Amino acid sequence: MSDRILRIDMTSGSTVFEPVPEAWAGLGGRGLTSAIVAAEVPPTCHPLGKNNKLVFAPGLLSGTRAANSGRLSAGAKSPLTGTIKESNAGGTSARMLALMGIKAIIIEGMPEEKKLFGIHVTHDSARIVETDMAGAGNFSVVEKLSGEEGGKAGVISIGPAGEMAMPSANISVKDPQGRVRSLGRGGLGAVMGSKGIKYLSIDPSDAPGISYADENAFKEASKVFAKALTEHPVSGEGLPTYGTNVLLNVLHEAGGLPTRNFRTGSFDGHEGISGETMHARIEERGGEGRVRHSCHPGCVIQCSQVYPDKNGKVKASGFEYESVWAMGANCGIDDLDALAEADHMLDDIGMDTIEFGVTMGVAMEAGILSFGDASGMLRILKEEVTKGSPLGRLVGAGAECLGKAYGMRRVPTVKGQSIPAYDPRSVKGMGITYATSTMGADHTAGYTVTSNILNVGGMVDPLKKEGQVELSRNLQIATAAIDSTGLCLFVAFPVLDIPESFNAIVDMLNARFGLSLTGDDVSALGTSILKTEREFNRKAGFTEAADRLPEFFSEETLPPHNTIWDFSDAEVDAFWEF
Amino acid sequence: MEIGVRLFAGFRKERFRESAMAWEAGMTPRSIAGLLKIPMEEVGIIFVNGRHADPDLPLLAGDVLSLFPVVGGG
Repeated sequence: MSDRILRIDMTSGSTVFEPVPEAWAGLGGRGLTSAIVAAEVPPTCHPLGKNNKLVFAPGLLSGTRAANSGRLSAGAKSPLTGTIKESNAGGTSARMLALMGIKAIIIEGMPEEKKLFGIHVTHDSARIVETDMAGAGNFSVVEKLSGEEGGKAGVISIGPAGEMAMPSANISVKDPQGRVRSLGRGGLGAVMGSKGIKYLSIDPSDAPGISYADENAFKEASKVFAKALTEHPVSGEGLPTYGTNVLLNVLHEAGGLPTRNFRTGSFDGHEGISGETMHARIEERGGEGRVRHSCHPGCVIQCSQVYPDKNGKVKASGFEYESVWAMGANCGIDDLDALAEADHMLDDIGMDTIEFGVTMGVAMEAGILSFGDASGMLRILKEEVTKGSPLGRLVGAGAECLGKAYGMRRVPTVKGQSIPAYDPRSVKGMGITYATSTMGADHTAGYTVTSNILNVGGMVDPLKKEGQVELSRNLQIATAAIDSTGLCLFVAFPVLDIPESFNAIVDMLNARFGLSLTGDDVSALGTSILKTEREFNRKAGFTEAADRLPEFFSEETLPPHNTIWDFSDAEVDAFWEF
Repeated sequence: MEIGVRLFAGFRKERFRESAMAWEAGMTPRSIAGLLKIPMEEVGIIFVNGRHADPDLPLLAGDVLSLFPVVGGG
């Protein structure tokens, strides 16, 4: 059976399976969501209106035996940035959709009455039903649906933040243990909420499964690929043992850890929230805690973990560096248990941890609460955000909006999206990525930390300007291509160092689809995705003037290296010369 | 001369987190790693005073050396 597109019209309540147009046949993941949004969404539409569309797509290799191929992409026009948006996450849904032969789900229109719906998807049907789960947190939605439909059903859901259409609302994807991963950035949960959808439940029984043009060739290539992932020291040892939060101490030592709303590049309380401390605490507390955890079936890297509370009960899972940094160092908080509590609440409410943490940093600078006030932060989540009070709405609107409301000048955002965990003054390649990314400030778009800090894929001095534009460009192109395969971005660590692993990805694509792609074709795919996204943004009103970091980065030096952001506009704009 | 040495991730096991002790003059990141029985091929990042440093950089009194294994995240 050939792949299809499931189109769901929330205005009429109709659902239809359509054949895949020729132009989209070779696309998956981000490549497909961005192509669909660019083709079907008017760039000047209101992100929460009937003309915006929410698109889900598994990657080109999702559902196959390829290791780490279970990323699900979601795309739309972003209510946070006003740009095109793609966000991807693990969980079980991408694999299921691929096995069901569903290449993408396009959700369009919006219901005339303010009602809340769930959508039940099987391999040959989609049913829209009214739901009484208004106001429910993601964990109870997942639990309820897993009970009704069998524990194995996939769930894609929003929490109260999405229902309230907060610009920092995310979309949750159920993981293999019934906890959640997040399509985190850019407010896609608000788009889902605006269409009156609380959840999609995915029942993969009777799915036709994956067909391979050359199954033996695929098997061979997938073995080479998995071997590279398990043998590279970062994906095979560092990430599984300490998780992404090993970076906390790395960035602190490098002087690139944004602290107390980007005032300094190192945090005196770093040791209390470091990856080493997290690892030791998980081992000490035992119980349900796990140092290693796969966020999707087929993940061999296992960078996720289960962080237990003092009684050994699950507190947070997928407790990432970005979240720990945003609510920790950036807010002057060194209490890991408090951060785990906040992380858990944000998963339940359905809100991006990065946007929330950076917004709290601005709120602290504005005097709404003090730096270091962990209980104040938890109170705001519990009493204000969850209940949708005026302050809660302001926090949910993100750092730029809260900053404006309080007359703040030091607001770390680009295109309205909060800058993540690497200060652009001392990790300069990341500044180029934040400025130029089609997504607004996004670390995953072109992760120059590899060469700037980690010495993977070559070395480019993080404190100097030389080489940063080219580094960011090459990584943004490669990332757009990887984001289309359904592969976890962390495969980049071996891919940057082991040439066979990149060839294995090309071989897997060829063996799956009967193609004869070369490495150059994969790079051309990345280039074409970036240009499609940029063209959407241009039509939405974004010019080069939006590719800029906030002014304070060029005016305030960052201790300990006392560097500033010193790229000229022309130097930044040269990024797009390809 | 006194040099601060900070170890991270797996390097801390059966060693230490941070030490400020006196070393002989003429030490380098490589020689300190050797004395701590850390194989250089396991070292992913060497910072001296928060900047990337060559393994053979002569260390000066008051320097802080940070050694990380090969790690990543994001």
